[in-house]
Amino acid sequence: MAGKKIVHVDSDILVIGGGFGGCGAAYESRYWGRDKNVVIVEKANIERSGAVAQGLYAINCYMGMRWGQNEPEDYVRYQRNDLMGLVREDLGYDIGRHVDSTVHKFEEWGLPIMTDENGQYQREGKWQIMIHGESYKPIVAEAARKAANKVYNRIMVTHLLMDKKQANRVAGAVGFNVRTGDFYVFQSKAVIVAAGGASHIFKPHSAGEGMGRTWYAPWSSGSAYALPIRVGAKMTQMENRIVLTRFKDGYGPVGAYFLHLKTYTENGFGEAYEPKWRDSIEQMVGDYVNHEPVPTCLRNHAFLKEVEAGGGPIRMVTKEAFKDPHKEIVGWENFLGMTIGQAVVWAANNIDPKEINPELVMSEPYVMGSHATCSGAWASGPEDYAPDEYQWGYNRMMTVDGLFGAGDTLGGTPHKFSSGSFTEGRLAGKAAVKYVNDLGTNVPEVDEAEYMALQVEIYQPLENYRVGRNEITGGTVSPSYLLPLAGLQRLEKIMDEYCGGCGQRYMVNTPLMERGIELLKMLKEDLANLGADGLHQLLRAWELHHRVLASECVMAHTMYREETRWPGYYYRGDFPKLDDKNWHCFTLSQYDERSGEFHMEKAPVYHIVDEHKKAAE
Amino acid sequence: MPTFVYMTACDGCGHCVDICPSDIMHIDPVTRRAVNIEPNFCWECYSCVKACPQNAIDDRGYSDFAPMNHKVRVLREPEKGTISWRLKFRDGREKNFVSPIRTTEWGTIKCASEYEAPDASGIDGQELAHEPDYLKADGGLRRISTKQFKKHPIANKSTSSMKAAE
Repeated sequence: MAGKKIVHVDSDILVIGGGFGGCGAAYESRYWGRDKNVVIVEKANIERSGAVAQGLYAINCYMGMRWGQNEPEDYVRYQRNDLMGLVREDLGYDIGRHVDSTVHKFEEWGLPIMTDENGQYQREGKWQIMIHGESYKPIVAEAARKAANKVYNRIMVTHLLMDKKQANRVAGAVGFNVRTGDFYVFQSKAVIVAAGGASHIFKPHSAGEGMGRTWYAPWSSGSAYALPIRVGAKMTQMENRIVLTRFKDGYGPVGAYFLHLKTYTENGFGEAYEPKWRDSIEQMVGDYVNHEPVPTCLRNHAFLKEVEAGGGPIRMVTKEAFKDPHKEIVGWENFLGMTIGQAVVWAANNIDPKEINPELVMSEPYVMGSHATCSGAWASGPEDYAPDEYQWGYNRMMTVDGLFGAGDTLGGTPHKFSSGSFTEGRLAGKAAVKYVNDLGTNVPEVDEAEYMALQVEIYQPLENYRVGRNEITGGTVSPSYLLPLAGLQRLEKIMDEYCGGCGQRYMVNTPLMERGIELLKMLKEDLANLGADGLHQLLRAWELHHRVLASECVMAHTMYREETRWPGYYYRGDFPKLDDKNWHCFTLSQYDERSGEFHMEKAPVYHIVDEHKKAAE
Repeated sequence: MPTFVYMTACDGCGHCVDICPSDIMHIDPVTRRAVNIEPNFCWECYSCVKACPQNAIDDRGYSDFAPMNHKVRVLREPEKGTISWRLKFRDGREKNFVSPIRTTEWGTIKCASEYEAPDASGIDGQELAHEPDYLKADGGLRRISTKQFKKHPIANKSTSSMKAAE
């Protein structure tokens, strides 16, 4: 019987999520904490879990300091420019100064990195290097498995546990085994949340089978946010959702096409369209339109306006580039290495980019913290230079004692990608070892009453289904329970219509969000009636809980920021312009589980490097 | 695109069940063979296809947008360190690609604890494992002076409470 057996696991450092952030955290924890008990818990199998499960064809964060290519200061300028001025520059500099050592280690471990005629890594763009990365995740997972004392695969972590004695201190986590149904209680001195961002909180373009082919993995269920939000960790920039310009339907990436293959976009009539929208962008965002490279969101904006004006479809001009056999191979292998679905879409539709310029699309929004966006938890910065307002303890520790984060979990640090997320995991891992050392005998303890109450709550969907199923003859419609897929589709519809999804052309305003908040409230009430016919659906039920809590936070942040900071990601119809006077700041939220309220505040932005590189440099 | 399993090739070994990141490959209790129970949560990551020892798993493009009669087949050979792809278009055209996947033997990564233990004082410093050597950069780990930091003032310190749910 599911949930009857309780398995207790004690550790010094508990890593939740075995993607790139989690693998980096385990590796570094082991290096510095030889005597520490390091445990990884993962809802899938770390061999192929997380956003890099199917591989990558590029490492998008590499300085190349050894060849004088970039310095961490350049990286900070790039992040800041792309995110319209608002990033945690202290955290970004920290990624920049460490990430090269991570990449060099990957190469030593066996990751095939392409090289150019000078023996340097083959650059795709200023920040990207090209790899044969089909086995990127299995290679990194091998290092993590060796580093951890134990890896618990197939356990869905549902809640964090707080210390019984000391307020605002983490003590562990609970979850269930998706195969056996056993209830797991993890007690740990430090916890590192390295779970995934959120796909499927906004309605995707494809609603049939194709709903699985989201840009970000469908298993990225927002656990990175829901876990810390619930225990009152402060979150930042949760409104900064990302919309991606990608090849249509398969969401195949465009980076290699733009940067390496030198392909370019045109409208349905074969015209360049971006210059035409420059002035309208300037009216919205002022001087930001003149920044180089043009911020991701602003390029989206031009795409969106052109399609609205009847200039679609937008296409990538590939016919010229693909005449070069080398470029043709790169173009296809780029997909086969990281987005196989796009190759299938083209094969199925007889699209050979040598002969046909393929269509592009703007995706539904996603909430995550490692691409050209930076939603996530508010974290303490590096000890040697972070300003006082950004520093309250250990590097990468959230506002809850002993609770660390990496990758999608932490906010304010975009453009980490795979290598930066692993690097952030390393930073969190080392800091967690130091935290545990400093605890001495003052160690946290989980509260039995708390986890026993959660045990009932976690398995309730199985009970709801068992009882409700007898009421009806069959099928999926019950007056007493809601299936996880039905709840998910309601969430996606609410977020699409009331929080700026693709169905509304990314437009939102106060009255819409006020209604959206009411609808989310009723959905949240209905989650108590989720019904699961087995452990797989129980997994889906808890993924939905995480997505809903993350969505509430996104809605609260979007409402709070009274400006349109990132046109092309979303628009506030009631505040249609960028407003640097009032909103050149971070938005912070703190959730109170008892009242269900998010308390909102502003936090200052520190610019730690100059705007432009000096001429002498 | 969503994967499916050929009845005559699958022997029910469960490798796909063990690897699927989305937990959608299950063993059917009646046929004792693998089945994709939730195609609309399939990312088409091919983890199951690559893991299948019988080559029993294939995929068919999502019905929303992929016309039928195409193939994207893969053969992953970890011992050779390669992956091979064959694409067949709806109109019969074929393309083939082969890429390396790893330059070292599987299982040979040195564990983090096999390196000499760092000095006790290292935990208070800023260098990570294998630094500064692995940065391979003249000057080692970069530092920044806080003197040049500029705080952007907050014009309006308004806070608010959002009643998102009760």
